[in-house]
Amino acid sequence: MPFIPHTEKDTREMLEAIGVDSIADLFDEIPAELLIDDLKNVPEALTEMEITRLMRERADMDGTPMSFIGAGAYEHHIPTAVWDIATRGEFYSAYTPYQAEASQGTLQTIYEYQTMITELTALDVSNASLYDGASSLAEAALMAVRVNRRVKSGRILLAPGVNPVHQQVASAIAWAQGLTFERLAQDVTSGNVDFDKLPDDREPVAVVIQQPSFPGTLEDVDRLTTWAKAQGALVIAIVNPTSLALLKAPGHWGEDGVDIACGEGQPLGVPLSSGGPYFGFMTCKQNHVRQMPGRIVGRTTDLDGNSGFALTLQAREQHIRRSKATSNICTNQGLMVTAATIYMSLLGFDGLARVARASHANTTKLVLGLCAIDGVRRLYEGAFFHEAALRLDCPVAPILDALAERNILAGFDLTSTVGTDALLVCATETKTDSDIEACVTAFADVMAACNVKSA
Amino acid sequence: MSELPGDLLYTKEHEWLRREEDNSITIGITDHAQSALGDLVYVELPEVGQDLEDGDEMAVVESVKAASDVYAPLAGNIIAVNEDLADDPEKINSDPYGGGWIVRLQPSDGIDEGAMMSPDAYQQFVDELDD
Repeated sequence: MPFIPHTEKDTREMLEAIGVDSIADLFDEIPAELLIDDLKNVPEALTEMEITRLMRERADMDGTPMSFIGAGAYEHHIPTAVWDIATRGEFYSAYTPYQAEASQGTLQTIYEYQTMITELTALDVSNASLYDGASSLAEAALMAVRVNRRVKSGRILLAPGVNPVHQQVASAIAWAQGLTFERLAQDVTSGNVDFDKLPDDREPVAVVIQQPSFPGTLEDVDRLTTWAKAQGALVIAIVNPTSLALLKAPGHWGEDGVDIACGEGQPLGVPLSSGGPYFGFMTCKQNHVRQMPGRIVGRTTDLDGNSGFALTLQAREQHIRRSKATSNICTNQGLMVTAATIYMSLLGFDGLARVARASHANTTKLVLGLCAIDGVRRLYEGAFFHEAALRLDCPVAPILDALAERNILAGFDLTSTVGTDALLVCATETKTDSDIEACVTAFADVMAACNVKSA
Repeated sequence: MSELPGDLLYTKEHEWLRREEDNSITIGITDHAQSALGDLVYVELPEVGQDLEDGDEMAVVESVKAASDVYAPLAGNIIAVNEDLADDPEKINSDPYGGGWIVRLQPSDGIDEGAMMSPDAYQQFVDELDD
């Protein structure tokens, strides 16, 4: 049953009115070689009962492994209330509504979200969210070009610890607008930027600093921020929101803070899921707000003097500014943001700090346990938050495969990223001491087998 | 239609130009333009020293309901911008031909007066738009 209300007569009359013979003729301008007339790989339709069974079988293939993988998306305990409230009919929408001001509850939720994110990052303004962490970097880079228009190089310098996937996405979105992304030299001992090799001739539009870095290290963000400002660059911070309960907020980096902060919001109440949906966040200083992409909810007073909420600064957006809008992503991840707002409200700042401290403590136990195994040691020196890179004396993939057979996803394979046998491990507050012990014991077993083979 | 100073030249983009004693050109938007835009909330100004070609985007005027580009009506170098508009964009609404000026430009060539309109011609142009 097609969900289209037009009768055949309606369709015929409309086609006659515009002088076209058939609906297919409306698509004439698509070159024939681009049309696919049969979809060989799409199977025949299944009944609801059959598809339910198929999906259940597929889900069972995933099993319920114990995961120590982070690398940009983190397993945290999500209180049941988060999604119970977020999926109530009043909130259950992926978007800001089209008749926005008629939905005061939705706008207030987003306003509360913006308030919490600005407090976490210690910056002035937040938008209503973006698609994900990676596209938030692309948007931040494009925004930096608009703000820092004095600098014409289009060059964005990245600290060595910027998530390589975020770089790929940002480059795919922004290259056609003349932006290039270059990595600063890395100090191989710390994994952080090599301050002795910072260039002074690159005229960067912006410098991007990720804290904690992708391989889990902690940059000297104050020093790097100060250097970037001295180069005439804007500073973009990519931060993990959970970490901000313990680490210095980007609004306080260097002398007077970064210009833009962005990142992946998933750790705030959004479950791990291949392909998302997750959400990106972005905050900035007040004086950059007109170049910020996305929707912004503001608080106002109506004619009767009552407090209310409204979409504000809409002249930046595509429905008004058309091709010159600050972004063509003028939507937000409303449902994810609703969950994040409820998550942050339930935990409070102290709760978030407890999650952060427990995650740090668990990762410390895991790293100490793993590094006591022959052939395992830290890849980089220095402090970490809830994730650390480890170097192995043998190839990583077979180790991870062997552990997966024991129902343990022991980490993210860093080999292709860093060019040496290494993996990235993370233990959040969801892991108990016995989970960590089980992982360390299994790891030692598997490494012993590997060490014997390679000896 | 309200006042239309007789000593100015006008463009189809609803901008006005005034030749100053040092041959520089002061540029703003007309009373008609400000009234069509409504209360202005922000003006994005170019940087002093910037060179512009005829027709380049020069500034953006933003009201509560729209944002519009202001185009350079002739080629030249920006020698001054109205910094007061940063804090008080509504000056364009209250005094479009005076305190609401936007930029001052040193033209690289002379003014092509044929491409501009006299007050009477602009009045007629606006009247036709209103019809």
